[in-house]
Amino acid sequence: MQHGSTRTIVKLEDVWVHFDGVSVLEEVNLSINQHDFLGIIGPNGGGKTTLLKVILGLLKPSRGKVTVLGHTAEEGRKFVGYVPQYSLFDHEFPVSVWGVVLMGRLGHKKPFRDYSEADKKLAHDSLETVEMLDFKDAQIGKLSGGQQQRVFIARALVAEPKLLLLDEPMASVDSPMQTELYELFEKLRQRMAIVLVSHDISAVSIYVDKIACLNRRLFYHNSKEITAEDLEATYQCPVEIIAHGVPHRVLKEHK
Amino acid sequence: MIEILQYEFMRNALIAALLASIACGIIGVYVVVKRIVFISGGIAHAAFGGIGLGYFLGVNPVLGVIPFSIAAALSMGVVSKRTKIPEDTAIGILWVMGMALGVIFVALSPGYAPELFGYLFGSILTVPTSDIILMLSLNAAIIAVVFSLHREFQAISFDEEYATTIGLPTERLYLLLLCLIALTVVLLIRIVGVILVIALLTIPAAMSRQFTHRLSSMMFLSVFLCAVFTIGGLWLSYAFDLPSGAMIVLVSGTAFILSTVSTGLYAHRRFL
Repeated sequence: MQHGSTRTIVKLEDVWVHFDGVSVLEEVNLSINQHDFLGIIGPNGGGKTTLLKVILGLLKPSRGKVTVLGHTAEEGRKFVGYVPQYSLFDHEFPVSVWGVVLMGRLGHKKPFRDYSEADKKLAHDSLETVEMLDFKDAQIGKLSGGQQQRVFIARALVAEPKLLLLDEPMASVDSPMQTELYELFEKLRQRMAIVLVSHDISAVSIYVDKIACLNRRLFYHNSKEITAEDLEATYQCPVEIIAHGVPHRVLKEHK
Repeated sequence: MIEILQYEFMRNALIAALLASIACGIIGVYVVVKRIVFISGGIAHAAFGGIGLGYFLGVNPVLGVIPFSIAAALSMGVVSKRTKIPEDTAIGILWVMGMALGVIFVALSPGYAPELFGYLFGSILTVPTSDIILMLSLNAAIIAVVFSLHREFQAISFDEEYATTIGLPTERLYLLLLCLIALTVVLLIRIVGVILVIALLTIPAAMSRQFTHRLSSMMFLSVFLCAVFTIGGLWLSYAFDLPSGAMIVLVSGTAFILSTVSTGLYAHRRFL
């Protein structure tokens, strides 16, 4: 392995996605490196979830190339932890927190076999990391939005991913819990690259260290700097309104 | 009650009810939690084509149902996953085509089809011993598959897309689950008939869900409820001399309504 140097986890080259002839992503180029904590902002319908699905190999781009640690997106899945958008599951589903977290090991365990002691240890440790071990026997639907989000993060962590993809993780989470989640991500980035996607510009806080804007096209300078033009092109409205409430550290003067 | 057990047809009926309850309780839980009641109804009705095929070929109609319902399950699964036709539309079309094929096969068969009504609405009192053996082996197959793949089935029921992202072969697992539903339909045809099968695939599982939040406990409870409903319905049909399949369905439905109302009232009272 390349110690010391920065390893590229995901590389997208000239990626285009069309749905029924309408383009959703155009000419997207993106490199995500080890230890990156990248926030991707953009309006609803701007292609953020589509971009995540392309990285996960759930959607095949109509043009361009995706590589995950040198593999195709589909083969690279085992290196990627995914935390889908909240509310996409049946809250009455009969499964405990423990059962949900163990599901994250299914891709790694041998088929037809029970979970091994190592799988259970990983599930235990992941729940400890997200501070949800006390809730392991609770039914998943009984938890609050923020607690569920933590469980889904633990489910992604049990597979020991090199990259964590978070789709709108702050939706349905109240503000004190949001700060706690960011502190959790800060802790996790020692171990993996993190990509956080949000339509809410203020939700992408000072914790991320790189920002990209996405609205069909991706505006990204491999840094935390975004220009007024980028924002305007992304949101297609005057920047002053959008930039309001954004920490100054995010909007540096772009030269 | 005991004296009716001296008749072989009654003993067979009871054994058949218990055997059907095992498969129906286990697979019904997946039908309910994965919300695939409609596709299961489609498979059950399309299975009528297999009954027609059995008549046409002059073999035991239940033997015609096995390949036919599996073919129906696979084609519904593949068409709804891989084509742009909306899933419910695809199911609706294959549902009626299966039944129509059954009618054509029966019309083409020489002679008269005497037990046709029984296959449509159940004829638990006419289960021959050969069918009991078939039911035993189908149960064994279903239990073996669920026992070895229940973690995977739980994952695709909870969130199929997420299951794909962790590298599970979700489409193949889903098709396998549909085949298990098809085999359960075969088991249930003798009990309630193709038209009423969906009642036993949904009601016991849906009712067990009101009492537990664990998939495995749901399965045990729904096997138990299914057995109670079929035997209770059988006894009522004997006592009042009414059709057994319909009685079993009415007993199940009534129990579900009573259970829903009473648990709802209980939840309501706690807030007062």
